[in-house]
Amino acid sequence: MLQIRNLHVNVQGHKILKGLTLTINAGEVHSMMGPNGSGKSTLAQVLAGRDTYEVTEGEVFFEGRNLLELEPDERARAGVFLAFQYPVEIPGVGTAYFLRAAVNALRKHRGEEELDAVDFLEFVKEKMRLVDMDEQLLKRSVNEGFSGGEKKRGEIFQMAVLEPKFAILDETDSGLDIDALKIVADGVNSMRRTDRAFLVITHYQRLLNYIVPDFVHVLVDGRIVKSGGKELAMELEERGYAWADQSIRHAAAAS
Amino acid sequence: MVELVQEKDIYRSAFARLEAESNPVGGSALITLRTQAMARFAELGFPTLRHEDWRYTNVARIAKTEFRSAVDCGVDLDERAIVAETFPEAQFHRLVFVNGFFARDLSSQHGLPKGVQVASLAETLDDDPSWVERHLARYASYQDHAFTALNTALMEDGAFVYVPKGVIVEQPIHLLYVTMPGVEPIVVHPRNLIIADEASQLTIIESYVGLGEGVYFTNAVTEISVGEGAVVDHYKVQRESTQAYHVGTTQLYQRRSSTASSHIISIGGDIVRNDINAVLDGEGCDCTLNGLYVPAGKQHVDNHLRVEHRKPHGNSREHFKGILDDNARGVFTGRIIVHKDAQKTDAKQTNRNLLLSDSASVDTKPQLEILADDVKCTHGATIGQLDKDAMFYLRARGISADAARSLLVFAFASESIAKIKPQPVRSQVQQILLERLPQGDQLQGLS
Repeated sequence: MLQIRNLHVNVQGHKILKGLTLTINAGEVHSMMGPNGSGKSTLAQVLAGRDTYEVTEGEVFFEGRNLLELEPDERARAGVFLAFQYPVEIPGVGTAYFLRAAVNALRKHRGEEELDAVDFLEFVKEKMRLVDMDEQLLKRSVNEGFSGGEKKRGEIFQMAVLEPKFAILDETDSGLDIDALKIVADGVNSMRRTDRAFLVITHYQRLLNYIVPDFVHVLVDGRIVKSGGKELAMELEERGYAWADQSIRHAAAAS
Repeated sequence: MVELVQEKDIYRSAFARLEAESNPVGGSALITLRTQAMARFAELGFPTLRHEDWRYTNVARIAKTEFRSAVDCGVDLDERAIVAETFPEAQFHRLVFVNGFFARDLSSQHGLPKGVQVASLAETLDDDPSWVERHLARYASYQDHAFTALNTALMEDGAFVYVPKGVIVEQPIHLLYVTMPGVEPIVVHPRNLIIADEASQLTIIESYVGLGEGVYFTNAVTEISVGEGAVVDHYKVQRESTQAYHVGTTQLYQRRSSTASSHIISIGGDIVRNDINAVLDGEGCDCTLNGLYVPAGKQHVDNHLRVEHRKPHGNSREHFKGILDDNARGVFTGRIIVHKDAQKTDAKQTNRNLLLSDSASVDTKPQLEILADDVKCTHGATIGQLDKDAMFYLRARGISADAARSLLVFAFASESIAKIKPQPVRSQVQQILLERLPQGDQLQGLS
């Protein structure tokens, strides 16, 4: 589904990603772990199409299409979704309106009929229950005045509504209490399908107790230094990122 | 200097003609008033950029144009186009003025409460010149404002609205000014006098509409006297044509415990200047001034506000928002004067601007003069561009760049639009804005 090859990314002249290679197949859940500043969020933003990041080398293919050539909205319509680490507050734009515009942009793209306000509300209410969202939030402006937990749950709610093929969760777990964390995890788990893939970016292993990944990658200083199964997350939790970094250096030195 | 004399001469001849009328409207009191105002205009001359209140608005093009009085120009009345501007679906009482003159056939009233007068000002002053002495030009001073002086000297017609004590006029009163420019530039000086007696209530909507292309100049003055405990909502929706100049003064005079609001929506025009003055001359007055201006192309819009708190416990709220595209220029001056006696004044002013292009610009300036010591006065101004994070967030959900931009622009304006209480006016402003935005049609149903 997604192939990232030798991706190099600069932000304001600083090299952040330094040759990242990763393949994600349909049906898989990958977890990207790493210390602060390792480039996790940069990866998420680049995949979603943020233009403040400069790709200097490498390529990204999504379902055979060159993802880097697509505008952010084209990527979204192609089925890429980013759950933002910091969801943006948009005063004056109602959540219901915003989501309907998003859903209809997708439906139009797929050649489906657009939903009117009534049909949309029916469709959305079911999704709200999934992440235990208060319906009142639909009447408020996008993310405005939402608590941290509400914002994060809101991202999962949007993901449920938009039903992407590939979803990136950028530290959706950070700042969540255990109850909210379970709600988020349940939302993601209920969406796991053989034709859908996830990239779960997290700083802590905690989330992975609830969203069990197929693969875990360790990102240090812009490179994946170690990949493994779900047990790698446990090992990281015990030994820390320095261990993963060193073990790869030792391996490199030995060869 | 020679040039300046010529500029004034254009208006002197118009004045001479009015003076020479054998049966002048409004009797001798009005002649005296006109003469004094003309003399004052001759002293003041048109303001230049050296004038502090006109630093950012150059009216040289207005001063230099040889406008003719609309009375000299024949009009091909496009009645259907005019009727379309009257909110025909709504049961508003309305007065229509075409090129400055009252159009009785296009005006209508529906069962006004007893004692309420909604009429042509010229006709009213003709019937009862005492209104002149009691109210006309008592509120909008022409001493320091050349355009108001010119209007006072050359006014021909406008609306007269009087609501007696305790009477509530439920349906809004709509004053529609339609200008149909001809080959030669014309000038109209609409003059409105609105008097709301004690504990009365009314809504006034002024619409300025240009039908057809051509240079013309609207120089309007509206005086609104709000009696003790009265409630007046005022709206001015300015949609002059693209080559029009619009200078307008809205003067609110408030007595004790009265509530007044004025909403100034600036959409059309080439050079636009709105003076919005409020005098809170009684205890416990409440005054709200809202504005929305959306210039594009080379439009220039100047909103000049002056709120004067003369007595204690007054509240004033000013909230002006601008969306500027292309080479448009905006000016906002918000002067708040709190007199020594006006303790416990609570005044708040905000001016927020959204620049959609690199060549659009805004000058915004608060001016606070506070002579009382127990007051709350705040002001804030912002000039910004579309929030890039919000743009990215919307696009990351599949919304196209155009639609996302339009959505954010509309969201910025929606706060101001939501404050327009009469639904037909709110829909009209919303519709006009949506039509200006790429993919705006898809934003229907947003609010």
